[in-house]
Amino acid sequence: MLSVENLVVSVRRGPEIVRDVSFEIAPGEILGLVGESGSGKSMTSLALMGLLSPGIDITGGAVRLDGTDITHLQPHQRVARNCGKVAMIFQEPMTSLNPVLRIREQLEEAINVHDPRAGPERARELLDMVRIPDAGHQLNAYPHELSGGMRQRVMIAIALACRPQVLIADEPTTALDVTVQRQVLGLIRELCDSLHMGVLFITHDLGVVAQLADRVAVMYAGKLCERADVGPLFRAPLHPYTNGLLACLPDPESGNAAFETIPGAAPRPGAIPEGCPFSPRCNRAQETCRSGPVPEAHGPERQVAVCHFPVRQEAPA
Amino acid sequence: MSRYVIRRTGAAIMTLIAASIVIFAFIHLIPGDPVYVMLGDGATPEQVAALRDRLGLDEPLVMQYLIWAGNALRGDLGVSIFFETPVTQVIAEGAETSILLASVTMVWIILIGVPVGILAAIRQGTLIDQGLSGLAMLAASLPTFWVGLYLILIFAAGLGWFPSSGYPSIFEEGGLVNLRYLVLPSLALAAPNAALILRLTRASMLDVAREDYIRTARAKGIRPTRVVLRHILRNALLAVVSAFGFTFAALISEAVVTETVFALPGIGRTVVQSILRRDYPVIQGVILITVCLYLVINLIVDLSYRYLDPRVELE
Ligand SMILES: Nc1ncnc2c1ncn2[C@@H]1O[C@H](COP(=O)(O)OP(=O)(O)OP(=O)(O)O)[C@@H](O)[C@H]1O
Ligand SMILES: [Mg+2]
Repeated sequence: MLSVENLVVSVRRGPEIVRDVSFEIAPGEILGLVGESGSGKSMTSLALMGLLSPGIDITGGAVRLDGTDITHLQPHQRVARNCGKVAMIFQEPMTSLNPVLRIREQLEEAINVHDPRAGPERARELLDMVRIPDAGHQLNAYPHELSGGMRQRVMIAIALACRPQVLIADEPTTALDVTVQRQVLGLIRELCDSLHMGVLFITHDLGVVAQLADRVAVMYAGKLCERADVGPLFRAPLHPYTNGLLACLPDPESGNAAFETIPGAAPRPGAIPEGCPFSPRCNRAQETCRSGPVPEAHGPERQVAVCHFPVRQEAPA
Repeated sequence: MSRYVIRRTGAAIMTLIAASIVIFAFIHLIPGDPVYVMLGDGATPEQVAALRDRLGLDEPLVMQYLIWAGNALRGDLGVSIFFETPVTQVIAEGAETSILLASVTMVWIILIGVPVGILAAIRQGTLIDQGLSGLAMLAASLPTFWVGLYLILIFAAGLGWFPSSGYPSIFEEGGLVNLRYLVLPSLALAAPNAALILRLTRASMLDVAREDYIRTARAKGIRPTRVVLRHILRNALLAVVSAFGFTFAALISEAVVTETVFALPGIGRTVVQSILRRDYPVIQGVILITVCLYLVINLIVDLSYRYLDPRVELE
């Protein structure tokens, strides 16, 4: 179980980029993290990995894996302390593999760290797990000889070599074409189930979340504005922002060609409004929204939204 | 393998042919009759006729080139007008000094430029980095002759650690100890080039460190030193290796100055003296050999690149 408690990430001598974020991911569960560009999704995931770039730090809160505090530990320190592992795959499979090393070398490097006693067949086994055909041959290939989809599979294999309790996937399919995207998503779901691994799946694409995730967290301006199971969230969003995002999804039934949009733009870190950060763009906002702390509103099951005036749909008769 | 090698070698040969035409034409670009220019005003008609004949100046131009190039291919670069000995022999006399000087300089450049560049990159932004980068900037901007003179002042005249000028062959009395004559000249020659390699290594390391695949390497949990050596350095060296070819070109021209400052009996000095003596065959010979060397070194750099960067094959 990965638990993130009140995580704060800040730029040194600068603004907070991630503010007070909390969530949990149970084994075998996929949490979808959605939000507009710049809302802090990647920063959250790099913070969990211990991979924030110099100048950006975790300045509050904690990250625990099965109870062990791993907050400020970089991956190699986590290995040295033998604590739980989080692995990650990234958006750009084209640039995420070292161009001058063979797939075998890059894979074995991870195996040697996490599974020092594994035999030479382990690398093949991993490629088989991620459904790379002709694994024996592909092991000797260089990254530039593989397609984008294959490279992303290799990235997943490298992540699995770390035997992670949790896999973070930061927009892993954005750079892939639609059919390949579906295959990779299917693979992630399958590995999550078979290895009983938690997954944090980051995306802009609510459609993908609906298909893949068990639970969803919606991020806005560095904060989570709503957390819920997939069903309730898509059926009855509580937060006006989530509601707006869903309204932006094309609805094939109504055949409505006009795109809905949320007016205005998301605030940048350092220029975030007082009170509820969404209030300037919110059509339900009132004076109370513009200052002071915002209470949590609870819905059915485990649905929580941070909002004064949540959207309450009329229950269908 | 083979296609790339053949293509690169072919390109080098084409360049050599083009260069040889320019070098050959050089003697005909001299205003006036080259024979009079070379022999000076006091030449007798017999001497003029003899030189004219020896240089084959009465043949058609194309024939002249073919004969000259053909001879050069067989290792015959003609006869020095001043010494009346084969050009190859004149050049060979300075070769030991120049080759050793260039080699020792190259060793300094690699030994100082690359590791110090790595250090500056690893310590980016610290006092160490700022100190080293400032020093490199200084070294790159000071003229070679000036550095040479200061090295002589401090380490030869002042401290007396190294000789200030000349170079007896390592095959003469003293043997390898004679290499100490080359310490100061090679350091003077290395300084600006090592500084460039240092800055290139540093910049290239910092560039690579920002790549996505370095984040992937860190995510695996391998040690930071291994990330630096295996992932960052390996990729950063690609840019550095390709710069060695250019460094060599810079060495050639700066070597002339250095050999003059330190009174070294090298090819650089031969060139300067031959220009003053209008000994055109020697000048042509030196330029031709220099071009060949330059092409060979760049070919080696290009080919070794293939082993460092698997992507080259596809291009
Ligand atoms: N080095 C940095 N210094 C200061 N601010 C930064 C730095 N890197 C990122 N940021 C800011 O942090 C915020 C969050 O960025 P992050 O990459 O986490 O967004 P994201 O939700 O992943 O967006 P996207 O969907 O575009 O990937 C952005 O507003 C960005 O401007
Ligand atoms: Mg991102």
